[in-house]
Amino acid sequence: MERRTFLTASLAAAAVAGLATPIAAQDRKVTIGVSIPSATHGFMGGLNWHAQETIKRITATYPNIDFVLATAGEVGKQVNDIEDMVTTRNIDALVVLPFESEPLTSPVKAVKDAGKWVTVVDRGLSQAGIEDLYVAGDNTAFGRVAGEYFKANLKPGQKIVVLRGIPTTLDNERVDAFKAAIDGSGIEILDMQHGNWNRDKAFSVMQDYLSKHKQIDAVWAADDDMAIGVLEAIAQAGRQQEMWVVGGAGMKEIVKRIMDKDPQLPVDVTYPPALISTALEITALRFASDTPVYGRFIIGSTLITPENAAQFYFPNSPF
Amino acid sequence: MSETTAPGSARALHMPGLSALGPLLALVLLVALGAFLNDNFLSAGNITNVLARSAFIGMIAVGMTFVITSGGLDLSVGSMAAFIAGVMILAMNALLPSMGVGVPLILVGIAVALAVGLLAGLGNGLLVTKARIEPFIVTLGTMGIFRSLVTWLADGGTISLDFAVRQLYRPVYYSGLFGIAWPILAFAAVAIAGQIAMRHTRFGRYCEAIGSNDKVARYSAVNVDRVRLMTYVLLGLLVGLATIMYVPRLGSASGSTGLLWELEAIAAVIIGGTALKGGYGRVWGTVVGVIILSLIDNILNLANLVSPYLNGTIQGVIIVLAVVLQRGKSTSA
Repeated sequence: MERRTFLTASLAAAAVAGLATPIAAQDRKVTIGVSIPSATHGFMGGLNWHAQETIKRITATYPNIDFVLATAGEVGKQVNDIEDMVTTRNIDALVVLPFESEPLTSPVKAVKDAGKWVTVVDRGLSQAGIEDLYVAGDNTAFGRVAGEYFKANLKPGQKIVVLRGIPTTLDNERVDAFKAAIDGSGIEILDMQHGNWNRDKAFSVMQDYLSKHKQIDAVWAADDDMAIGVLEAIAQAGRQQEMWVVGGAGMKEIVKRIMDKDPQLPVDVTYPPALISTALEITALRFASDTPVYGRFIIGSTLITPENAAQFYFPNSPF
Repeated sequence: MSETTAPGSARALHMPGLSALGPLLALVLLVALGAFLNDNFLSAGNITNVLARSAFIGMIAVGMTFVITSGGLDLSVGSMAAFIAGVMILAMNALLPSMGVGVPLILVGIAVALAVGLLAGLGNGLLVTKARIEPFIVTLGTMGIFRSLVTWLADGGTISLDFAVRQLYRPVYYSGLFGIAWPILAFAAVAIAGQIAMRHTRFGRYCEAIGSNDKVARYSAVNVDRVRLMTYVLLGLLVGLATIMYVPRLGSASGSTGLLWELEAIAAVIIGGTALKGGYGRVWGTVVGVIILSLIDNILNLANLVSPYLNGTIQGVIIVLAVVLQRGKSTSA
């Protein structure tokens, strides 16, 4: 217990010393801890890939910046990772994508209280003012942009079905924004079920939609993995001509099909897994220069169309 | 079936006769409910969807019935399916340049899936029988191993089968014989073979004997380790077979493939009337259990009965009810 207190205290002192001499920052060895969820599904796989690529790039550009990357499969492991980084790796900054907001709030606050720089990515903490920098995608825009496309391209009285993700606040924000965007358009939402951002689950949910509804004009699959399952179910029923599908995120296979002007996949809405790169680059900038980088950086959700698809296409990414 | 026609005396209530009808009764009730809620429920298309979806878990659950009957358990089957699917797709993609798109390539893929399934099952079985580790722990370990291996193989993303190969392979899931889809036919064949093996072969009798008392079985000159090992190998092969039917459906495998299949398979086995502690197995019951599980999902999607947030609750209640229906009257089981 005593030893631990001593360690924390000395680390805090070191951090304060570091902050006091920003000019010398360029020459000092800086370690940035990165804690993200492990690659359990497509989006996180892409995020992990982009994190590793960005770390390679930054360490090549700034030889004095080092990274410690830890991936966690569940929230408890992530808390342990962060504690380990502070006590054994002597990090100067933490870039964290919290598994869940509530349980991560006090561990991350402890890191902040020890005088470290904290960048929070994508999922906010449940207490305001802890992080120095917040980088996130825009879930409301994600739903709104999709909704606006549906409103502009469907006539009143046309019918759509929706696949939702895993029940979470994030999913609720997207769906609420989508509903608000198509409000007053006369488009009828026939059904909304959870496909859990999973291909197999989306496949069976879509099969059931197709058995149940004679007329479906469009599908908001809300995720590219789910869109793959949905398209397969539509093909099985032989109803490809009847409806189009909008996914979400920006998976390379889907973006490719939009580039090729697939009539079934007119557009996609971005929610880029590369947002981790934004967070890492900006955090590195804080230690490589005097550029002010505190604040909030919200990455917009935009529409991928056949015209602009090329700039969202990353053939080497696993996602 | 002599046990399903139990006489109506008071004593008969304690016989497995009435309890055996439990899962069937639950199935009939679900079908009636589905037909009442939606006109399309009994359409050929919907029935094909439900049965074809059940086929993967179904084939695995038939194998699981033997493992559980002989007193074992296998938690690794879902991860194993994902791992086999990943290896199979990578093997086919790797051999594509040398073999070209054709039936031989698909056959090699199928052989790879069965071989990996056999080896995975053999690994589980040897750890249980030779290393004498509890099956729960062995397969909990291999569950994590297979799951992380497939994530690693996929580089955290998704392993996708080459498009041209996929087009050739696709009919294995989507078409069939006389209007019945291949996965359904394969599931039916596995179920019938399983029922015969359980009821009419020495292997099935040995499984039940070992599950009820392995010491007595050993004294009766049953090679306990060998039979146990065989149940895990059989299950591994059936997971391989299920994967062969699964891959042509979406043509991909990822870290989230086959998630929680092990629990669905175990639930189906128990709903069907097999004793979780071993000693008694009922393959046809497992088949009914699997179909009940996929019907619940199907009906919830077709009916909009409750908030989708409550789907899990409905599933849980029906699983427990199905077991209560068959256990309620027979406390001896």
